[in-house]
Amino acid sequence: MDTGTLMFILSITIRSSTAVLFATLGEIFTERSGVLNLGVEGMMLMGALSGFAATFYSHSLLLGILTSLAIGGVLALIHGFFVITLRANQVVCGLALAIFGIGLSSFLGRPIIGRVGERFVQWPIPFLQEIPIFGPVLFNQNPLIYFSYFLVPAAWFFLYHSRPGLNLRSVGENPAAADTAGISVIRIRYLFTLFGGMLAGLGGAYLSLSYTPGWKENMTSGQGWIAIAMVIFALWNPWRAVLGALLFGGINALQFYFDARQFTLIPSYILRMLPYLFTIAILVIITRWKTVRKRAGAPAGLGLPFQREEHF
Amino acid sequence: MAQTVIRMEGITKRFPGVLANDRIDLEIEPGKIHALLGENGAGKTTLMNILSGRYKADEGEILIGQKPAKFNSPRDALESGIGMVHQHFMLVPNQTVAENIILGLSAPRFFLHQAKVEREVEKLSETYGLSVDPRATVDELSLGQQQKVEILKLLYRSAETLILDEPTAVLTPSEIEELFATLKNIAKEGKSVIFITHKLEEVMEVADRITILQRGRVVAHLTPEEVESRRELARLMVGREVVLKVEKEPVPTGEVVLELRDCSGFDERGHQAFHRITFAVRKGEILGIVGVAGNGQSELVAAIMGLRPMSSGELLVLGRPLRKGASPPRESVGYVPEDRIGMGSLSNLDLVDNLILTSYPQFCKNGFFRKDTVRKEVGGLLPKFHIIAPDTYALARQLSGGNLQKLILARELSKGPKLLIAEQPTHGLDIGATEEVWFELLKQRETAGILLVSGDLKEVLSLSDRIGVIFRGRLMDIFSTEDEDWIEEIGPLMAGVRQERKR
Amino acid sequence: MKLTLERRLVPSKFAAWGGVGFSILLALIMGGLVFLGAGANPFKAYAVMCLGAFGDFYNVSEVLVKAIPLILCGLSIAIPAKILVWNIGGEGQLAVGGIGSAAVALFLSPFLPPPFVLPTMIVAGFLAGGLWASVAGFLRARMGVNEILTTLMLNYVAIYWMENLYFGPWRDPTGTGFPGTAIFPEAAWLPRFPQTRIHLGLVFGILAALVLQWAFFRTRWGYEIRVIGENPKAARYAGMDITRHILWVMFLSGGLAGLAGMAEVSGIHYRLQQGLTVGYGYVGIIVAWLSRLNPMAIIVVALFLASLLVGGDQLQSVMHLPSAVGLVLEGTLLFFVLGSDFLARYRIKLSIKSKEQPRVEQKAGGIEQRASS
Repeated sequence: MDTGTLMFILSITIRSSTAVLFATLGEIFTERSGVLNLGVEGMMLMGALSGFAATFYSHSLLLGILTSLAIGGVLALIHGFFVITLRANQVVCGLALAIFGIGLSSFLGRPIIGRVGERFVQWPIPFLQEIPIFGPVLFNQNPLIYFSYFLVPAAWFFLYHSRPGLNLRSVGENPAAADTAGISVIRIRYLFTLFGGMLAGLGGAYLSLSYTPGWKENMTSGQGWIAIAMVIFALWNPWRAVLGALLFGGINALQFYFDARQFTLIPSYILRMLPYLFTIAILVIITRWKTVRKRAGAPAGLGLPFQREEHF
Repeated sequence: MAQTVIRMEGITKRFPGVLANDRIDLEIEPGKIHALLGENGAGKTTLMNILSGRYKADEGEILIGQKPAKFNSPRDALESGIGMVHQHFMLVPNQTVAENIILGLSAPRFFLHQAKVEREVEKLSETYGLSVDPRATVDELSLGQQQKVEILKLLYRSAETLILDEPTAVLTPSEIEELFATLKNIAKEGKSVIFITHKLEEVMEVADRITILQRGRVVAHLTPEEVESRRELARLMVGREVVLKVEKEPVPTGEVVLELRDCSGFDERGHQAFHRITFAVRKGEILGIVGVAGNGQSELVAAIMGLRPMSSGELLVLGRPLRKGASPPRESVGYVPEDRIGMGSLSNLDLVDNLILTSYPQFCKNGFFRKDTVRKEVGGLLPKFHIIAPDTYALARQLSGGNLQKLILARELSKGPKLLIAEQPTHGLDIGATEEVWFELLKQRETAGILLVSGDLKEVLSLSDRIGVIFRGRLMDIFSTEDEDWIEEIGPLMAGVRQERKR
Repeated sequence: MKLTLERRLVPSKFAAWGGVGFSILLALIMGGLVFLGAGANPFKAYAVMCLGAFGDFYNVSEVLVKAIPLILCGLSIAIPAKILVWNIGGEGQLAVGGIGSAAVALFLSPFLPPPFVLPTMIVAGFLAGGLWASVAGFLRARMGVNEILTTLMLNYVAIYWMENLYFGPWRDPTGTGFPGTAIFPEAAWLPRFPQTRIHLGLVFGILAALVLQWAFFRTRWGYEIRVIGENPKAARYAGMDITRHILWVMFLSGGLAGLAGMAEVSGIHYRLQQGLTVGYGYVGIIVAWLSRLNPMAIIVVALFLASLLVGGDQLQSVMHLPSAVGLVLEGTLLFFVLGSDFLARYRIKLSIKSKEQPRVEQKAGGIEQRASS
């Protein structure tokens, strides 16, 4: 394989991983606060649709992004309300949100299927993109991808080296302790559930405003669910999330490559299955690794509603 | 050094079905250690939760100096200088000591200056004699050290009034001495210390002032000089003469029902929990294993019951060796677990479902389950064991702690087991319920051998024929309760100090 | 004015079911708003839906037709949910069940005496779905791998596999271009009630619900399931083998979904074709939860949701509104039911706070919810 092809594959890897990366990062923050939001697929689709629709009608990419953030956030807040305030079952609520989002996006998206709107184009960064091999791969991409380069280290620093990050981590690990320390568990959970939804919406918008682009029913093809799996794989850590997303993107890139070169060795329907089988594989690996190493992973308070003053 | 007196006046607090605090008046002086004494359920923790801002009183007020104080959260109380160390520590396990200490503070605002905080914590620990490594992760620390972190948290926030809820429950005797020394240091600095306990001896050793609560009301404010004897304190606490000794009839011992040979096992984190344990229990006797919580007893019991794997050693139940990973038969082995609600009962199911939990196979012939028939069969257990409940349709969560324990006992004992394992059977129960439970356990000796695992020395001494002390997963020694010399050694043994056998 | 939340000692059954009723009302109102938003008259839209579902004999029969897979998929989700195991793989298991029974119909039936074909297909469909779910079940039971994600991933795998089959090796040789296998021989057709498309699958569904309802309360298995669902720790304390239960429950669950697949393939389409998987696996989640995991209630709820779907279809043809509105209504309904669940477990108390301490109005002090601080 020559370097040109390698760079092509690496570049596609990065592009294919970004949507999942956004959604995974968002869900990491949500789960770190102790809230499980399974509705990511629905939020991504609604984000994709609303972002594309806003851009299509207003001709403004910025408005599209903002809309997708808002819609993703609103959906997440609904989930948050039911789950945090009303203490509903987090699994069912998240699934309901997903179903709702999938259905609603199909319903509302009919009119603009297949339309063509503005899209993010590549902005090559002058000096950086000259670096051999990795230059064009990393620095000849679109602005959303550059944003992800910034987001990951920012997320890491925030989580482990800042006061709000410390608060977030303790709310997820031991909400009673955080509450006693005077931290508002409720507020943090709402805040980071919202944040997670916004990122999921952004991930969707990335697909409709850059990757695909355009709107198609169910265009995320399960990337929302895959993101949830990636959170586990990442052990709730932003850097590992990058690893997981890149692995996923890599599989996608290989798919493209094989398809393009028409390798008949692996039938195309098996190629299409690969991302999902791969997700199962990494789930198995990481679960066994966790058991063997006995390292905790999930924030201890994940999925449990928080109540003070529970007697007997 | 603050010189303010804190007053609680007319504090009343109600919970569904119970009046926890009834018009309580309390005065806390600076520079003194104030003991809040009372039986379980007397309302001490509730009262202090109100003082520390965790709960809100329904009536009454708190005055600091002469000014009324309103706390909407523990944070408000801390700002007024009042902080509480709870029985269950409020620490985040996978974070460092330093991170735990600065949790919830408004400064540093954004960037955590971890190195600076660590230095400050070190200085503070030296001042008060609380040695803890600020860089250590909390889940690596012993319970005694975790308690130090909790105290440091309050001192770091310049708390002037420190409340400790049953602080000695998880400490070895030497750690208890360390704690008392620390508290005296803190009081010397002019701060107030409030100390919730139900242990009379501690009160006499360290308190400057004593307030006794009984069923939500104050029954006495005393100083140690005014107290004539521990008996008198006990009477004030409970309201009647407390029997400090238990009548035990001798029962002949029979065959071995439980035997452990060289058994070892690990805990959840992979550390060695118990090591080369060997002992045997015979029908007709109670073998008591006593030790401070966290020394391997829970893992040992779990391993015997097949809930955790044993890494090596032989286990024989009712004479038959148990394979690795197998469980003892629930029909002939009764187990009263420490965790009544989380393990021993089904909160949201009714009493019938609960009463057959460990014996249901005999009620389900051929795989069929006829609940109405079963209900008739087990309904008689309620009156027989004095369980107070409207009927068998009640849910387990509606029972009080004492009644729930009696339910579990009823279930385990009515199976007619040959081996009974009882873990902390009277934990959290009042004197009346405790007496009933002890009575049932003693009666069971006629048909079974009993393994009693408890941290309550008084209980183990009263009930057991033989006692074993467990420390750091090792069985220090086993001896008969008749042997007076060894009884004196139990304290040191619980702390790991072995002595030569006196002749 | 202050709102206090007080946990009820015993969850209120009245509030639970009343909440469902109230939620239905709220969902209908929400739906009306959605119609308005889409530029349609809500009353007209609902009228069309009602007529579409109940207007004439054929429409009612169509509701029953759509209810069949909903009952089976609802049961498929409800059973593992009782022990807090979530099988979201209904779609995939349905597809695999379709594959299994199609295999029998297309390749085995020439060698079987006609009366044996359908029973074999039933077994094949059940087994195929059961085994497919068991992959996730095994991973969960033995290795603790999150079954929500594995069953979901397997959905995609199953659907791609199925598509490959009817686009590829199993493609209808007489090829009308419509993606699907050849039509099954008549021995492989599930009998229908005359003049309708209601097939024997309805009997499967109702029978399964009855059997399961009976089993939950009258068998040892049922008792064990109830205990595990209530408190897994206590279940292990009682010596129950949770791993074995998870495995069997997932197999049973997948089998029911597989049965749904068999029923669709053999009762409606008479072939394995595109359009087999239309989301019954997901709607099944809604059915299961609205029924509070009660098998008899599942039948009723399935009928109700089926009528929403059928009515929704009518909307598409009569008023040109996307039929997905049915799904949207159902999602909304689920949310409202989730919300009403809360009322069953908690009591809301309004109290007037004044300078002096509150009087008798304030009942035994509650759990004070700090909404923010």
